[in-house]
Amino acid sequence: MATLQVELVAVEKMIWSGEASMVIARTTEGELGVLPGHAPLLGELAPGGVVRIRPESGEDLVVAAHGGFLSVTERGVSILAETAEISTDIDVERAREALRRAEQDGDDPDALAAARRAQSRLRAAGQDA
Amino acid sequence: MAGSLRALRRRIRSTQSTKKIFSAQELIAGARIVRAQARVEASKPYAREITRVLSALAGSASLDHPLLTERTDARRVAVLVITSDRGFAGSYNVNVLRRTEELLGLLRNEGKEPVLYVVGRKGETYYRFRDRDFADSWTGFSEQPNYSDAQEVGSTLIDAFTAGEDDDIADAGDPRGAGADGILGVDELHIVYTEFRSLLSQVPVAKRMAPLVVEEVDEFRDERDEPQRTSEVPTSYEFEPSAEALLDALLPKYVTTRIYAAMLEAAASESASRRRAMKSASDNAEELAKNLARQANQARQAEITQEISEIVGGADALVSAGSDD
Repeated sequence: MATLQVELVAVEKMIWSGEASMVIARTTEGELGVLPGHAPLLGELAPGGVVRIRPESGEDLVVAAHGGFLSVTERGVSILAETAEISTDIDVERAREALRRAEQDGDDPDALAAARRAQSRLRAAGQDA
Repeated sequence: MAGSLRALRRRIRSTQSTKKIFSAQELIAGARIVRAQARVEASKPYAREITRVLSALAGSASLDHPLLTERTDARRVAVLVITSDRGFAGSYNVNVLRRTEELLGLLRNEGKEPVLYVVGRKGETYYRFRDRDFADSWTGFSEQPNYSDAQEVGSTLIDAFTAGEDDDIADAGDPRGAGADGILGVDELHIVYTEFRSLLSQVPVAKRMAPLVVEEVDEFRDERDEPQRTSEVPTSYEFEPSAEALLDALLPKYVTTRIYAAMLEAAASESASRRRAMKSASDNAEELAKNLARQANQARQAEITQEISEIVGGADALVSAGSDD
């Protein structure tokens, strides 16, 4: 079976790379699933979104990616993010705390961005946001 | 005589304790270089990917984004200088500041007005001491910069650059020519930092970050693209959202990535310079302590000799006094 070569890179380091059978992401235009053989595509990931990488075997890898891009080429998929966290590394309590703080701070852009980040972390960890 | 021996011993003690500080600093700096180099390496995949995406976009979107367009009458130019927060790094800061002065001179000759942005406490004090103006400064992270630091610096610079877009448009309202938005921006972005070539060689370099030159993008193009690029028609991408909107979102991130990369290199260079400086300082301290020990031994021996001759002299005097009786 054909697979996708997936690279998940954050600015500070490469987070994950390997073979996958499917990648699901949400761009600013809408939800998107990438299977092997997908046409080349460049997309901007929606803020507060979550990326799912389905490896050939085993559980889905759920990632909270902030400020990112998705690039699909013949060779595979690269996900570029300013910061990205794999769901198993996410500290739910801290994310909740961050969300609460950000919501208290009201409407300024920094607080909104922080709230989005916290939401996507919670979503990736499988919690309600 | 006894006094000089005491003074020498005190100096030996203090030299030895400063030597301990130097060698501790040397060890710390040594460990930091390794870590800084690892971070430079770790940041490369992202830089490679974003460059690839950008090259793909450059082929498809119209390239009239402000960050890509040369401004005909560039007047104000932002210069970002990356220095260290702490001293003890030999000529590291001096070199990068000297390179900055060269660039400033060059820009002034071209009739442009440089605006300084400074990273690092050393650079900040340098300009403050000389009563020179700088637009903004950031301190506290020169040894271990995070991406969020680069973002902060990047967004300030990009805001200034965007604000500079409409400067100089005939607007009688503002004598400075700040344009419609009333903010005096800049027309070019330059960065001066220390490039880490090897453990022994770190060179201060000045680069222009914006407007970006598209050839520069080409030079970063991943070699993996090449075979396919020559054999087939260039890949045509689908864009979500449109190519222009993507470029809008991507270019500022690209500039920030380059600032981040420069900061990481500067951090590695800083640690390397510091290690070298601390190594020669602790070598010197050891040499000094050795010489002082030699002098102290001499003084001690002279003192003993003097005591002996005093005792002998005294005994002789007693003996001769006794024989008189």
